[in-house]
Amino acid sequence: MAQRVGIVAVAQTKYEEKPSQHVGELMYEVSRDVMKQTGLEFKSDGTGIDMTLAAAYDQFSGPAGLYMFLGYIVGAWQREDERVTSDGSLAVYYGALNILSGHCDTVLLVSYLKESPIPKNQVECMGLDQVYQRRIGLDFVSAAGLQAMKYIYKCGITPEQLAKVVVKARKNAKNNPFAFCCDDITVKDVLRSAMLCDPIRVQEAKPTPVDGACAMILASEEKAKKLTDKPIWITGIGSCYDHHELGYRDLAECESLSTAAKRAYKMAGIANPLKELDVAEISEHFAYQELMCYEGLGLCGKGEGGKFIDSGKTEMGGELPVNPSGGVLSGLPVCVAGMQRVAECVLQLRGEAKKRQVKGARKALAHGTDGPAGQQHCVIILEK
Amino acid sequence: MAERVAIVGVGQTVTKSKRPDVSTAETCAEVVEAALADAGMTMKDIDAVVTGSMEIADGYHNPDKWIIPELGAVGKSGFELQNVGTTGGVVACAGFALAASGVFETVLCVSWQRMDESVGAFGRGGGGLNEYWTRQYPMSPITNFARRTFAYMTNSGCKEEHLAMVRVKQDQCAMKNPHAQLKLGLTVEKVLESPVLAWPMRYLHMCPSSAGAAAIIVCPEKKARKVSKKPVWVEDYFTAHQGGGVTMAEDPSASTLKHACRTIYKRRGITNPKKEIQAWEVYEPSSSAELRWIEEVGLCEDYTAWKLFEQGKVGIDKEYPFNPSGGVTATNPIGATPIIRVIEVALQLRGDAGEHQIPGKIDRGLATAYGGQGENVVMLLRRSL
Repeated sequence: MAQRVGIVAVAQTKYEEKPSQHVGELMYEVSRDVMKQTGLEFKSDGTGIDMTLAAAYDQFSGPAGLYMFLGYIVGAWQREDERVTSDGSLAVYYGALNILSGHCDTVLLVSYLKESPIPKNQVECMGLDQVYQRRIGLDFVSAAGLQAMKYIYKCGITPEQLAKVVVKARKNAKNNPFAFCCDDITVKDVLRSAMLCDPIRVQEAKPTPVDGACAMILASEEKAKKLTDKPIWITGIGSCYDHHELGYRDLAECESLSTAAKRAYKMAGIANPLKELDVAEISEHFAYQELMCYEGLGLCGKGEGGKFIDSGKTEMGGELPVNPSGGVLSGLPVCVAGMQRVAECVLQLRGEAKKRQVKGARKALAHGTDGPAGQQHCVIILEK
Repeated sequence: MAERVAIVGVGQTVTKSKRPDVSTAETCAEVVEAALADAGMTMKDIDAVVTGSMEIADGYHNPDKWIIPELGAVGKSGFELQNVGTTGGVVACAGFALAASGVFETVLCVSWQRMDESVGAFGRGGGGLNEYWTRQYPMSPITNFARRTFAYMTNSGCKEEHLAMVRVKQDQCAMKNPHAQLKLGLTVEKVLESPVLAWPMRYLHMCPSSAGAAAIIVCPEKKARKVSKKPVWVEDYFTAHQGGGVTMAEDPSASTLKHACRTIYKRRGITNPKKEIQAWEVYEPSSSAELRWIEEVGLCEDYTAWKLFEQGKVGIDKEYPFNPSGGVTATNPIGATPIIRVIEVALQLRGDAGEHQIPGKIDRGLATAYGGQGENVVMLLRRSL
């Protein structure tokens, strides 16, 4: 990148079911928080924050366009304002590109979603193509089931290896005050839990419903240095689409993730991610996805995801701790998940992650995914 | 912008009310093929794809996931944007930003709407309103414009006949545009005879339900000069949103268009828009909107635009060549509509508009997008740099 883009402030709510809070209150809480941290406001003369960029899924609000509130709630009257309806990581991706284009200097990003008012599966069924896949009643859970089956069969992944991912996530989440699910679950407990969609067990899937919001402020290099003593720089970004039809893909491979990762690594000048990165926050909506991510991100060889979790390199204190926050398996709303991954990396690099801090973290990777069986991926490299 | 960007290829559908012959993805493929052919490119040349449509109108979730592969764009970077009425506008703006970022060389922007496949945006329009304060009102696009138009007529002295004159002018322009949907051969009498939906909005005053799509290809300067003989340069753009503001405005007929235009004119040093901007394509979902928008973009004083129609000054070859394509009242595939505005301005600047080409030298054009609660996106395009 010719110029660096800085993240100058991040904020998040606690993730849980929030029946008594309107989504607008969640937005207000996190956006006010980041505005207070930087002292930036939307002034009536047009100065202050240049743009608001929301990330939310429309259909989760029922018939309404819940994404229409943001400007109104944060006081961004008649400002630049856009809305990404893909995973939150792609809003960070677009926010960074917008600043690189020189159009805006400061962007307020807010991702918000309440899963509690509407069944997640019902919405995700509408996310499948209208001609072939939707008609057979496929949703993202059953698509993931098909992918998990193919992957564990092809790569010889054991049920214990999958359960270890859950145990690690829940254990790490105990150090994260914002997490929804944190306990000392054991491999045995995971394997004893009910089957959700063969071979995925209930404990191996992201808990739902979860509500919450996450916000951050991005700024151009020059502005970021003025706004904070501890700017975190976005030095690499990459995204990639895969085929939608499950039958067109080799489901045991994650080509679109490796392409997205290669794009981000190239931009950030990373040759050996396992050695060069200090911490990674990835989006594993299901336990098997974490193992596939290890492979896709180039942390281990193809088909070695199972061995890699066994090696303990991704535990806290390992060579590259993955998801010290507990990750998506500890309970994050969809869409918010991607932006929250970036926010966690920022906390790590600033040294503000408290009990879940990875010591001396200087370079981090955040990953977001969207679509059935990881169709679309986004990788963001952050540096101190 | 860090780097100058240009539109090098455009494609739009011949919009119809129903398209039983093609799926949503095939509708998009039609315009992408047209845009690629216009730019002399293939999908291999594209680095990133930005997409968007109004999901609540069509009743699906994240349609980019299944439309992107059907365009042959697997492996590309990109994301989906959505902003009700202004969706196509923010998709175009994102395309401009991506091309200027220095990260991508060729960016494809695609927007669409298939209102024939759903219950339609009109019924759902009120769903976008705040559930506590404004959703209780029966506020669909029709009633919203009835309210705006009633306020406008009260403040300006404009009569129903003048609204009909606007509609007739829109129809005359649409008759010359091969991509327009409604070509009705209207007269003032015919418009005034059409049934009232919500007074003063009559059936013929509102935009139709449409199925269509539009695509543009955007490149940074170096690439644009290499691939295109007639690049259309993006001079500036601004999105002015104010969600939730329907009931807050002092003058219900006013929108954020005035603020957006003033901001962009100030940035580009435009003092006399009538002289300095020759091509106008403004998102007017009803005939009455055109009157207010002419005033808000700065072509005449507030509440006087209806007099221009009375004097017969508005038309393709007249003093005010406003919306020569026939505008949105004739054709409105919502998500795609703002990109169609950009395309129509680009065609005027290139001199490729055919029968609805504005005579004389055209160097600068302005395209806008409008959303139901008064949101606006303004994009300024130029032939020369």
